[in-house]
Amino acid sequence: MPVAPSKAATAPRPRRRSIDVFSSLSHVALVIWAILVIFPIIWTFLASFKTNTELFGDNSLAMPQNFDWGSWGRAWDKAHIGLYMINTVKVVAVSTFLTMLFGSMAAYVLARYTFFGNRAVYLLFVSGLSFPVFLALAPLWLTMKNLGLLGTHTGLILVYVAYSLPFTVFFLTAFFRTLPSSVGEAAMMDGCSHTRTFFQIMLPMAKPGLISITIFNVIGQWNQYLLPIVLLPGDVQDKWLITQGIANISTNAGYEADWAGLFAALSMAIIPVLIIYIIFQRQIQSGLTAGATK
Amino acid sequence: MRHGKLTPAALRKYGFVVSFLAVPVLLYVVFVVWQYIQAFQISFTNSRGISPNFDYVGFDNFTQLFQDDVFWAAVRHHVVLLLAMPLITIAIALFFSFLLNLGGGQRNGRMVGVRGSAFYKIVFFFPQVLAVAIVGVLFQAILRPDKAGVFNSALGAVGIQPVGWLIAPNLALWTIIGVMVWQAVGFYVVLFSAGMASIPKDVFEAASLDGAGRITLFFRITIPLLWDTLQVGWVYLGIAAFDGFALVQVLSVDRGGPDNATTVLPLEIWRNAFTYSKYGVASAMGVALFFMTLTFAVLTLRVTRRERIEF
Repeated sequence: MPVAPSKAATAPRPRRRSIDVFSSLSHVALVIWAILVIFPIIWTFLASFKTNTELFGDNSLAMPQNFDWGSWGRAWDKAHIGLYMINTVKVVAVSTFLTMLFGSMAAYVLARYTFFGNRAVYLLFVSGLSFPVFLALAPLWLTMKNLGLLGTHTGLILVYVAYSLPFTVFFLTAFFRTLPSSVGEAAMMDGCSHTRTFFQIMLPMAKPGLISITIFNVIGQWNQYLLPIVLLPGDVQDKWLITQGIANISTNAGYEADWAGLFAALSMAIIPVLIIYIIFQRQIQSGLTAGATK
Repeated sequence: MRHGKLTPAALRKYGFVVSFLAVPVLLYVVFVVWQYIQAFQISFTNSRGISPNFDYVGFDNFTQLFQDDVFWAAVRHHVVLLLAMPLITIAIALFFSFLLNLGGGQRNGRMVGVRGSAFYKIVFFFPQVLAVAIVGVLFQAILRPDKAGVFNSALGAVGIQPVGWLIAPNLALWTIIGVMVWQAVGFYVVLFSAGMASIPKDVFEAASLDGAGRITLFFRITIPLLWDTLQVGWVYLGIAAFDGFALVQVLSVDRGGPDNATTVLPLEIWRNAFTYSKYGVASAMGVALFFMTLTFAVLTLRVTRRERIEF
């Protein structure tokens, strides 16, 4: 049948044109969305160098007249962004470490050992995924107050760890189940203890899963806003974390009118995250989507 | 061995199991499980937090809720969020991930994305790593209602009058939804891209050889084969539609305003507990929120169940 050649002779022309229109339109859509993402961030960065007149004048889109870093200094010292940043790094570092330690210990035992109650403990952890944290808000505040942990970093860290455990245990249990059992068994034969087998053999083997879930927890805990504003109330302002600090400047900005300072503070919160994201974007993307594809 | 006597080896095993589970289970039970149980209990009391004494008031908190306009406003907003936000996000993300993975047509006999795909994926995903509270503050300046707002400035350049993005009661909730979509799209682009990458390329090539255009390819091949991933995305976004706390609390006028036009249940729970000290009412709202989320999850998994396509 001569169908194929005739098709080849007549079809390409209109078809290619429609493809060109399609691909140029799709490029326009992609470029617009990219601008929508990038522009607010660049504008915020530039706005930190502007005066209030420049910000609220006729042309708020213009470039700043001079690059005065004074607002950055004010944000770091007077608005305590430096302090909040250090607090956040401390809290997230400790709580992610403890989440990973306790999460992987529990997950390993649940994945690799048969014992009475295994299934019940596993379901207890996983069922935590279906409850909204807002349900626990009022009793949690009361409990923390009664334990004397309200307004302390220790209390916040314990709560972060506890609420990160369900997903961490769920994910890592599935991961430990996929690892071959022969290596661990061989180590035990050679007289390695259960604990040593876990730390020296199984944890290194589980590295890819551990990295994904560590990234997931670091980002999740770094971005927390609800738990800090509830558990670190206004009377312990020196303990505040970055998200609540920034939100607080923005509520007060109307009165103090240091808009450049607010944008400097925002930039300071965004830029480190941006740099880390650019360096580790592949790991971060797979770490955050890992939960959904599992 | 499992049912045998307690040999030293078995003792060591149980000792190890207990020592590894003790701390995580204790932390989890004290700070999570126990709190959820208490929440159900407190929802039937008139607890005001400060004094340890409270009375059981039966379903009073719930009947009070059902007569409360603010509660119903919040529930309505969740319904709007639940219908609009996942749909818009998934539609945009699907379109982009199709372009970025298959939109470039064939090159060397393989389906490829449009030029610059890797760059777009990096850019689109970035808002996902920003804290929602930070995004809220960021958009306060962008969405200012006067001419100084960045969005209104840009619109002014093409002759459109300033829009009160967050102060117009009919628009405010949609503005919030827009910001949620802004932040979420990149995540789903990456998620769907991963899904598309796992579809064998020859399926597309075969369809393409049979004369399927890009639109057919999208609706007849990509979407059915991506169904599982889409379902996961839908559940995630649906659960996010029952939250919205940080964004509404930071971005909206008067925290949930104007005039409760953007309020959501988590915000009302927070307000009742920590502004009005009505712990009983707050917990009752939490219980209502829990059942709404649960209903959504169960319904979604039921309705969207399809026969799996093996490939």
